[in-house]
Amino acid sequence: MTLFWQILIDGFAISSLYALGATGFALIFGVSGVLNLSHGALMVAAVVAAWAAGDQLHVGPYAGAAIGVVIGFIASLVTYFLIVRPLQQSQKIREEEKEIFILTATLLWGIMLQELIAYLYTNNAKTVAPIVQGVVSIAGVRTPSNEIFTAIVCWLVIAVLWLLVNRTRAGKAVLAASMNPRGVTLLGIELSQVYIAVWAIYGVLVGIAGVLLGMFLGVSSYSVGPLTASAFSIVVLGGLGSVSGALIAAYVVGYLETLTAYLISPAYRTIPALLLLVAVMYVRPRGLLGRR
Amino acid sequence: MQSASTTRILLIALAAVIAVSFLPLGVSGYILGLLTVAYYFGVFAMAWDLLFGFAGEVNFGPTFLVGTGAYTAGILDNLYQPPIWLCVAAGALAAVLGGVVLALPALRVRGPYFGLTTLVAVLMLQNFVVVDAHLTGGEIGLTIPDVITISDAVNYEIALWFMAVSGAILFALSRSPVGLILQASGQDAVQAGALGFNVTKHKLAAFIISAFFSGLAGALMAFYLSSASVGTFIDITVGVQIIIAAVIGGRRTILGAVLGAVFLIAMSELLRPLGDLSNFVVFAMALVVVLLFPGGFFGLLTRSKESG
Repeated sequence: MTLFWQILIDGFAISSLYALGATGFALIFGVSGVLNLSHGALMVAAVVAAWAAGDQLHVGPYAGAAIGVVIGFIASLVTYFLIVRPLQQSQKIREEEKEIFILTATLLWGIMLQELIAYLYTNNAKTVAPIVQGVVSIAGVRTPSNEIFTAIVCWLVIAVLWLLVNRTRAGKAVLAASMNPRGVTLLGIELSQVYIAVWAIYGVLVGIAGVLLGMFLGVSSYSVGPLTASAFSIVVLGGLGSVSGALIAAYVVGYLETLTAYLISPAYRTIPALLLLVAVMYVRPRGLLGRR
Repeated sequence: MQSASTTRILLIALAAVIAVSFLPLGVSGYILGLLTVAYYFGVFAMAWDLLFGFAGEVNFGPTFLVGTGAYTAGILDNLYQPPIWLCVAAGALAAVLGGVVLALPALRVRGPYFGLTTLVAVLMLQNFVVVDAHLTGGEIGLTIPDVITISDAVNYEIALWFMAVSGAILFALSRSPVGLILQASGQDAVQAGALGFNVTKHKLAAFIISAFFSGLAGALMAFYLSSASVGTFIDITVGVQIIIAAVIGGRRTILGAVLGAVFLIAMSELLRPLGDLSNFVVFAMALVVVLLFPGGFFGLLTRSKESG
């Protein structure tokens, strides 16, 4: 019975983190059609910044976390202005080929960041000092308070994002742009402003998700590929462009991985989720809640 | 698409191949070894270009095909020691089977969805290799007892002429009516089908051909290195390097992929003094090529020739 609760609690924390990480990824795709394959690298950059601030500059955990989020924000905007925007506006590349160019370029950019981080701070795993410490007992399971903190922050951020998109004027413009970009420009809204706003939001989400991940599990520069792959598969499983689909998919994947790790072996952790993904794509290629 | 004539390009390429085939006379074994790997890499990249550039399939998993070929040949050699050509043939055959498996989702899902399927295929193969360590050598890698030859020069010539023949076949194919049909089905499958072309059959053929060359090159390279490991044949980073080689060489040109592969290997060698930073610089240069010269090296070459 303890095992059941343990899987339930652990899985919930992991899944919430996945949900937060994938939400930003889904948002970018939904609004601008960009699959950002440097996603994992941006997250790792945020973690390493938070870690370096705490470990080398000896700032407190709050300041360290803030620095991590700021770096995630900056890295995201750099990605947009340096890589994505020049390709989107390029005259030399044909429209139908832009997607693959953005995929290749963001992939390259992600690997560059990974190499740079490995060069500056080695490949060793880095754990960020958690803001909340101590252990609480839930249903007989000793759970680190940090795990509960992670889940709460993830859901708070997702709730704020929901309010932002559905209740503010700028948010509604973003929502409209994801439905019909041309219609939005006809209403006199500058599409590039919307893109900048979305990448800024994405940067904050990536930063927060990264820092939480760093406090919870820790990352190394090797995590870049798996992090991108997991966000990608969660978003595809949920249906590209559907944020609510991504949230559901994050829980499916998170629990499937936790179950496998506890009941079979941690070595097989990712395999069932991958199999499920392939199966879903055969049966329902647009994902659980996909629109197209 | 403006392009120099097929025979002229093939003749120039043949002259270049013959010229570099004399390299063993004046170059050290170390450099020959680097080039040998670069040539096999060139075949990986050309095979990828056929699938992506022509059939329009975003394949993030070239190493699924390459790795299948390399590991099949290596495991067979470890278990039964048949003649080497049989191992290599088995590797190519296994890769073709892998290509068919990979093609099945491609006929159903498109674009990023298919890209993800190929990524998953690589991760699955990697998991299999790591978990079935008794057969595959796991994370340490597989040692292959037999070698084709220990002479650097002979290995170099095998790789060079293998690349030349594969390149000629793939290039001729890409410029043939089949290549045009592939390109048409890649750009608009519905319209190509409406014109009476069997899109499914052509795409399947593209997968099989690409897989055949990837697997063959993988198996040959495994025998050259006399080992196979996840880090050299399967890892996503290797796949990314193959894609980069094809893209900076010039997509949809087949032969450009070889230039890209040689460039990548030469650069990482030249920048070795930079230590761990060398990869960063190589990838940064590749990114600059992608951002500023989307046509790649081959695009630059053919364009300057036409304006000049």
